[in-house]
Amino acid sequence: MPESSADLAVPGVSGPARDRRQRARVMLPRADRREIAAIFAGGALGTLLRAALAEAFPHPPTAWPWPTFAVNIVAAFLLGYFVTRLQERLPLSSYRRPLLGTGLCGGLSTFSTMQVELLNMLGAHAWVLAAGYTAASIAAGYAAIHLATATVRRVRVRR
Amino acid sequence: MNILIWAAVVLIGGAGSVARFLVDGLVSSAAGRDFPFGTMAVNISGAMILGLLTGLALTHNQALLAGIAAVGSYTTFSTWMLETQRLAEERQRREAILNVAVSLVLGIAAAALGRLIGGQL
Repeated sequence: MPESSADLAVPGVSGPARDRRQRARVMLPRADRREIAAIFAGGALGTLLRAALAEAFPHPPTAWPWPTFAVNIVAAFLLGYFVTRLQERLPLSSYRRPLLGTGLCGGLSTFSTMQVELLNMLGAHAWVLAAGYTAASIAAGYAAIHLATATVRRVRVRR
Repeated sequence: MNILIWAAVVLIGGAGSVARFLVDGLVSSAAGRDFPFGTMAVNISGAMILGLLTGLALTHNQALLAGIAAVGSYTTFSTWMLETQRLAEERQRREAILNVAVSLVLGIAAAALGRLIGGQL
């Protein structure tokens, strides 16, 4: 599910009119200043936390990359929690999702560092470590989203 | 490690996150929203750039700012997993598995290619 599908969907419009509108969006990406500011603030904080952990716990290429693994799984849990709660439980808000989801969780987690760590493991012929790190990251990341989502949904909606 | 470096980490991290949002939005609106192409494009391009950076001989602080702060915040693991879980939840198991497998294979290949290019520079 894309981050902003709800904002870009054009309900009830189909055919050429919809094509035209979607093309117009491609030319002019929506750039709400408050939304951008919220993403910037959340991303700045998430990145600071991740960079501080990476600096505090350096590791050789053939050791388990705990800093990256930890931020990725924690960010996955938080994102699952925030997104489910904001979409299914809380009233519509224009800045919470960009601040907490796209910004904080997106800045806290990282895909590129994980790929380069895997590349380093493969380069050091640490095959088992590379396979284990890949499997554990995906299994734990997926489970974290699932658990966070289920946790939010277990609480009944108050009316 | 001084305060200026950490201030730069904060600013670059914010900018990287905004760049991710913009690229994701552009790719998603061009390629359609039935499959998370936007996140995939961000992650694979980021893996290539980070690979390239590791191929260069950067100082510790340069690697922190360009690699960990800029490219690290540009790419995302959490959204990748969220989109995969939501696809699976909507009974699109094939798409969910593809989203994981293609991102991984292309991500490592892109990082390797980037490092190769970086080593030539």
